[in-house]
Amino acid sequence: MIPRLFDYHAPTSIDDALKLLGELGEDAKLLAGGHSLLPMMKLRFAEPGHLIDLGHIANLKGIRLEGNELRIGAMTTENELIWSPLLQERCPLLVEAARQISDPQVRYMGTIGGDISHGDPGNDHPALMLCLGASFVLRSPAAERVVHADDNFFLGTYATALQPDEILTEIRIPLPAAGSGWCYAKLKRKTGDFATAAAAVLLRMKGDTVEDVSIALTNVADTALKARDAEAFLRGKPLDEPAIAEAARLAMAICQPAEDLRGDADYKTAMAGEMTRRALRTAAMRAAH
Amino acid sequence: MGLEPNIERLTQLEGIGCARKRREDPRFIQGKGTYVDDVKMPGMCFGAMVRSPYASARIKRIDASRALALPGVIAVITAEELKPFKLHWMPTLAGDVQAVLADGKVSFQNQEVAFVIAEDRYLAADGADLVEVEYEELPAVVDPKKALEPDAPAVREDLAGKTDGAHGARRHHNHIFNWEVGDKDKTARAFEQAEVTVKQDMLYPRVHPCPLETCGCVASYDKVKGDLTVYITSQAPHVVRTVVGLLSSIPESKIRIISPDIGGGFGNKVGVYPGYVCAIASSIVLGRPVKWIESRSENLTTTAFARDYWMTGELAATKEGVIKALRVHVYADHGAFDACADPTKWPAGMFHVCTGSYAIPHAFVSVDGVYTNKFPGGVAYRCSFRVTEAVYLIERMIDVLAQRLGIDKAEIRLRNFIRKEQFPYQTPLGLEYDSGNYEPALRKVMDAVDYQALRQEQAERRADPNAEWLMGIGVTTFTEIVGAGPSKMCDILGVGMFDSCEIRVHPDGSAIARMGTITQGQGHQTTYAQIIATEAGIPASVIQVEEGDTSTAPYGLGTYGSRSTPVGGAATARCARKIREKARLIAAHLLEVSPDDLAFDLDRFVVKGSPEQLKTMKEVAWAAYNNVPPGLEMGLEAVEYYDPPNFTFPFGSYVCVLDINRYTGETRVRRFYALDDCGTRINPMIIEGQVHGGLTEGFAVAMGQQLPYDEQGNVLGGTLMDYFVPTAVETPVWETDFTVTPSPHHPIGAKGVAESPHVGSIPCFSSAVTDAFAHLGVTHMDMPHNAYRIWQQSHALGLDRH
Repeated sequence: MIPRLFDYHAPTSIDDALKLLGELGEDAKLLAGGHSLLPMMKLRFAEPGHLIDLGHIANLKGIRLEGNELRIGAMTTENELIWSPLLQERCPLLVEAARQISDPQVRYMGTIGGDISHGDPGNDHPALMLCLGASFVLRSPAAERVVHADDNFFLGTYATALQPDEILTEIRIPLPAAGSGWCYAKLKRKTGDFATAAAAVLLRMKGDTVEDVSIALTNVADTALKARDAEAFLRGKPLDEPAIAEAARLAMAICQPAEDLRGDADYKTAMAGEMTRRALRTAAMRAAH
Repeated sequence: MGLEPNIERLTQLEGIGCARKRREDPRFIQGKGTYVDDVKMPGMCFGAMVRSPYASARIKRIDASRALALPGVIAVITAEELKPFKLHWMPTLAGDVQAVLADGKVSFQNQEVAFVIAEDRYLAADGADLVEVEYEELPAVVDPKKALEPDAPAVREDLAGKTDGAHGARRHHNHIFNWEVGDKDKTARAFEQAEVTVKQDMLYPRVHPCPLETCGCVASYDKVKGDLTVYITSQAPHVVRTVVGLLSSIPESKIRIISPDIGGGFGNKVGVYPGYVCAIASSIVLGRPVKWIESRSENLTTTAFARDYWMTGELAATKEGVIKALRVHVYADHGAFDACADPTKWPAGMFHVCTGSYAIPHAFVSVDGVYTNKFPGGVAYRCSFRVTEAVYLIERMIDVLAQRLGIDKAEIRLRNFIRKEQFPYQTPLGLEYDSGNYEPALRKVMDAVDYQALRQEQAERRADPNAEWLMGIGVTTFTEIVGAGPSKMCDILGVGMFDSCEIRVHPDGSAIARMGTITQGQGHQTTYAQIIATEAGIPASVIQVEEGDTSTAPYGLGTYGSRSTPVGGAATARCARKIREKARLIAAHLLEVSPDDLAFDLDRFVVKGSPEQLKTMKEVAWAAYNNVPPGLEMGLEAVEYYDPPNFTFPFGSYVCVLDINRYTGETRVRRFYALDDCGTRINPMIIEGQVHGGLTEGFAVAMGQQLPYDEQGNVLGGTLMDYFVPTAVETPVWETDFTVTPSPHHPIGAKGVAESPHVGSIPCFSSAVTDAFAHLGVTHMDMPHNAYRIWQQSHALGLDRH
């Protein structure tokens, strides 16, 4: 439980961090909150020779509204998401989900950018980003590009579209429409655990019918999943129990979870369905009709 | 005598019955405790273990050259290095031997293979990483029933050809012992003649006590003086001294074992582990202090598991549910070495308390100990030896019988209780219960929770086909056996299981008391002082209680199996009485009356019929150092070694109400009502804390704790990511209650309490979970009752949606 020897770097600007990353190459890892990386280093599954700590770069922090977009610095902690009045008012889905991430100690250190960049399907932000239609600002020494979460950013377990010379600097989330209902329904075994299965829902109603809905699932495949068939089925339909049941069935149909001590594939798939039902029902209650 | 109780003086005394605050807490809540890992000594180096990735493998080669080449690495020891000292194997408490470092073969995953000593713990870890071990993997066996098949791989090659073990004949290469108790024939006849019989298999899974502080030690050998000092996480420091003496040939007078503040033990810190032996051996060779501290995963996967009992219970009864006989068979999985921590003569501990709170005329128990390729242990996790398993068995069986007969689960218990007038009660398995009063306890709990209304609500819920949440009601009425124990029955390595107390009263009337037990969170520094306060009239606030240093404390067998109050507390009470009786002689001398003319009143001796003539204990203490009666020694000291005449038998009645989501398997504990009877209550606040802790650990075991293995012998879930240690978020709200039925043989009538809530709550959770499905024919569900496993039951019954 003791990592091998490594060098620690604490740049204070994005440019310096990028420069270090370029110089040190593959032997370096970016350190965000560290709550995934450090355990892997302690187990010596990861043995980087250099850690580049992004925690001292002021530009990577903060939550603001720019036009119709929420802009969140990649090094913003879960705890800062939870206590942001802006998010509480304009994007409560993110607040509700962040409250369910691990435990308070992790939430004080863990960051939204680290959670997204790590590519762990057990992390909660990937599904939230898919659900919210977020895009990511990726900086390299040469350029800055913006990649949509839904545009093949999440490639597989621990694999994202982030290139070795890039740093995720900012998360951009289109403001959910006023009156949207939301819910992040997460089943976990205990405080501090990853989801057995979780569903994020953003829902707009027009009277009793679904005007638009976004559904994404956590930890039931090698990446977070967007439940497109379920969304398509629900659009324009009344949100009654048979419709919710069919949406849950369609969401379950895309699940390919890996068996572990949380359960086998059947259980996790069933729980993805149950969490989809819960999230849809709760979101419907919260949506303006 | 005409003495009015003086409330002010009684309050100042803070004696038995007072909810005084814990004396330990000021230092703990300020981070000022001293745990083993806080101990730093000049020149101290650090050891790290190299462990086997395989459950069963031959060691072809160990190459330490790269590790030794790392600057800062001092030495690497393997079995070869320990052989000249005959320390490569060590005796276990169960009469077996255990490899300190693997001797040519490993028999469980994470077994100790080499010990790397370096200048600091980081270099030790780097060094351990550089030790190259070449293994030839061998087939492993992790299921005790499969381990006894004729062609099962042999777990222990070193025992090849040995047909006898420490507990009699072995009938298979993986068989450790067969232990039988009770009358087999009479029990068989009762079953033949019974109107109703029931039978149930149940697995009590392998769990781990998981104390907050892992195990570790700092060993320091002074080559000049020949003295060995060891700071160690031990629940039994005096026994450790004896073991170290046996292993090292150093006289016990030159060995000092110190258990400083201990961060929880729960049975995990009873044994002697390879890490301790390696640290001690290294220190003797190097002449430098050596520290070894386990990581969390090392703790969870190598040092002393609990349970792993594969049980089959049978009950014979009348149609009215009156039990006539109990028959039990157990496959006891002890892992690769029999390092079970039981009194020598009891390979299944006190499992024979499995007739429970019930008047069962005939019983027979047979236990087969089995070797598997899993880590050794079998300790009593917050219980007396194997009592949790025993209570689980009988409480589950009586539920099974109730369901078969359609009798309510509380009612069937009322029909079978041992009655108050039957105590002392001889059980068919050879125990004598000291005291009990079971029926009023259960009725009090049933009234408190309005049991009938709960059953009515449950009936309504069961009648509703759309109900998403199933309701379960669990009932247990358990009897524990604690306070091991009478030396005629119980010893450890030949040392009788007495315990001890020494009290010295200083001239100013304050006192220091030392015991052979060792607190690990129980609050001994608080409660022992209360016993002395009441018995000797010295305010608890001026009594210093010290334990854990073998150079100062009298020899005792330590703290586990709820033995501190029954044995150490008894020694303390009797020792305090010796002080009081000597003080009486001095007071009589000072007052110029006969000792018989004095009455003891809280903190003073008063001349009978003349209340203005008195001497306080404080005055007597001063006189003890300058004015004692002729022929009496100066000073005011006493020592007591107490060998209890019997165990004590605390009991309790618990009811659990929970709701289960049929679609997800989630459980919500709605109510848990725990009534405990631990006899005389010394400190109600500490009792409540103990009960809360025991219930929480019981909840953990029942609902989530398990160390599962795959077929290759890989331990799964050996980190806190998977291993369930509940936080305040998961933990239910506890409601506690009590009755008081003193032990007739204990000096103050106290029985012990810390383990009862663990022992009693676990079957109560299983009872409630199973009860939620009982109307659908389910009679038993194995632990852990996590959401996944409960969902599987729901799914099998077609209650879910998928």
